[in-house]
Amino acid sequence: MLDVAHVSRSFGGLKALDDVSFTVGAGRMTGFVGGNGAGKTTTMRIILGVLSSDSGQVSLDGRALSSADRALFGYMPEERGLYPKMKVAEQIVYLGRLHGMSPAAAKASTDRLLERLALTERANTTVESLSLGNQQRAQIAAALVHDPEVLVLDEPFSGLDPLAVESVQGVLAEHAARGVPVLFSSHQLDIVERICDDLVVIAGGTIRASGSKATLQSQHGGSRYEIELSVDAGWIRDLEGITVVDFDGGYARFDVTPGAPGVAAAQQVLTEGLRRGSVLRFSPEHPSLAQIFKEVIQ
Amino acid sequence: MNGTWLVAQREITMRLRSKAFLISTGILMLAVLASVVIGGLVGGMGSLPKVSVVEGSPVAASVQAVEGLDVRLAPSTDAAEALVRDGTVDAAVLGADGASGTGGSAPSGYTVIALDSAPTAVVQALSVAPTVQLLEPSDQNPLIVYFVALAFGLVFFMSAITFGSTIAQSVVEEKQTRVVEILLSTIPVRALLAGKVLGNSLLAFGQIAAIAVLAGIGLLATGQSTLLASLGPSIIWFVVFFAFGFVLLASLYAATAALVSRQEDIGSVTAPVTMLVMIPYFLVIFFNDNPLVLGIMSYVPFSAPVGMPMRLFLGTAQWWEPLLALVVLVIVTAGVIVLGSRIYSNSLLRTGARVKLRDALRG
Repeated sequence: MLDVAHVSRSFGGLKALDDVSFTVGAGRMTGFVGGNGAGKTTTMRIILGVLSSDSGQVSLDGRALSSADRALFGYMPEERGLYPKMKVAEQIVYLGRLHGMSPAAAKASTDRLLERLALTERANTTVESLSLGNQQRAQIAAALVHDPEVLVLDEPFSGLDPLAVESVQGVLAEHAARGVPVLFSSHQLDIVERICDDLVVIAGGTIRASGSKATLQSQHGGSRYEIELSVDAGWIRDLEGITVVDFDGGYARFDVTPGAPGVAAAQQVLTEGLRRGSVLRFSPEHPSLAQIFKEVIQ
Repeated sequence: MNGTWLVAQREITMRLRSKAFLISTGILMLAVLASVVIGGLVGGMGSLPKVSVVEGSPVAASVQAVEGLDVRLAPSTDAAEALVRDGTVDAAVLGADGASGTGGSAPSGYTVIALDSAPTAVVQALSVAPTVQLLEPSDQNPLIVYFVALAFGLVFFMSAITFGSTIAQSVVEEKQTRVVEILLSTIPVRALLAGKVLGNSLLAFGQIAAIAVLAGIGLLATGQSTLLASLGPSIIWFVVFFAFGFVLLASLYAATAALVSRQEDIGSVTAPVTMLVMIPYFLVIFFNDNPLVLGIMSYVPFSAPVGMPMRLFLGTAQWWEPLLALVVLVIVTAGVIVLGSRIYSNSLLRTGARVKLRDALRG
């Protein structure tokens, strides 16, 4: 488990991070979201030791990080970070060796990753002549070549087409399945929503929310429901404590007041529906990540 | 250490793969070889001025007795003049009256006929010169001194600029592409800087050593072994001084280049370092006969690689002087490495606008 505890950092007079704390559990895909300038990149750089923090510390499984530990991290900076004039495979082997791999192991791992990311054909092409999407894949291969024990990826999905998103997501999920903590940032909230287990929301240098996706959704939602009946649903409008927001024949979407009375009111709609006919569908509506995000950063 | 070596290896392989580098090295080698060979030819021939005289005249006998003239015999005055006109000889030497006859009213007893300008060499050979005694005779021919100075200055200048800008470009490339972030998260910043300096210094050193060997072989092959014997120690010291001097310059290039984030800005930010490289080049060309300037140059770390070998060649340096200058150079280099790595590590992640030197030093 990667533990970021009470990390603060200022640049000049500007406080970029203020008492930032969160954890990235073993095997958890943790989405790191926040607006531009919220402090994502600074946090990631501090985790990697590329930047020092003014206070606070980062630990892995309870131990403070040494530079030897950090050499086992896989990092993908937000901007493309490869040598333009080096060949793809050569470059990834080089980075693997910098991480301490033997030439043979680095070569084997590179071949495997390029195969996995469908880049084998481009292995001997220089990075500058790759398309943006392929550069991004090469970048991911560079972050994974040494089979890292922790993955920190800044915007790994930006600039990828949907197929590439899927293959990258697959590779990351494989690593997570082996127990590697994975922290990734993204502006594409729909992707984050789809693939993350946990979520950390940062704004203005402070952590606004963190925890598992399910917990956050239930914390920030639970006041809107959907129901679909075999009969007309017009009667729902007459019930007390219910505001219908959408209505079409047997289908209705309605809000209740948050909290216990609201839950009771929703249950009442369900009971009444069952009495009048059959209920085809009844569900609380999960707030989208975008909604949660907007709500917590305010 | 492993990281340093890997970085150095990459610098070397990438450089050796660059066609521009291979071609420019080839041209530099050819230039060195050509100057050695041409120097040999020009110095070796030292062709004597040619004069014509009228066969059988009294002047002919006395001119033939003069050393340093290549004398052609002509059947008549007109024929001697014709040889001047068609360029076969530089001048015709006749009697004082302008004929082939004996001496006469002219003080020297000769009339020299030339085509369009007074043939100084011929006149000199026929003149009576006062005895000259030098109190401090120079060991070396001043023309050769000039060319040796030019060679040391030029080779130092070219190599330092070439490899200095290589290292600057490589630093900015990593910063511009942000690959530096991956590198810094993998190996310590000092290992990265050391690898870059080491790789480029090895390349520069290799090039300089190759030039030195080539110049030595060239001198031997063209029969200039006397010059080689007097130049040899200077060349060896030059290579030694260059090895350390380049590490100094490479650290400065790396540190200053780290202040900017775009290739376009390298020129302006490294300009002060480039000046440090150019100044010794100009000084050694203009002041290679000035013992005071050379003496100072031979101890100032930036110009020592040029100044000290020059003084050794001129024979004006004591045996311990190169050692002392080397110690000064090594100490300054160590200090600059410490300072340079501070600037380097504090500037690497600051992309965008140029980092102020003061901020880079403060961190």
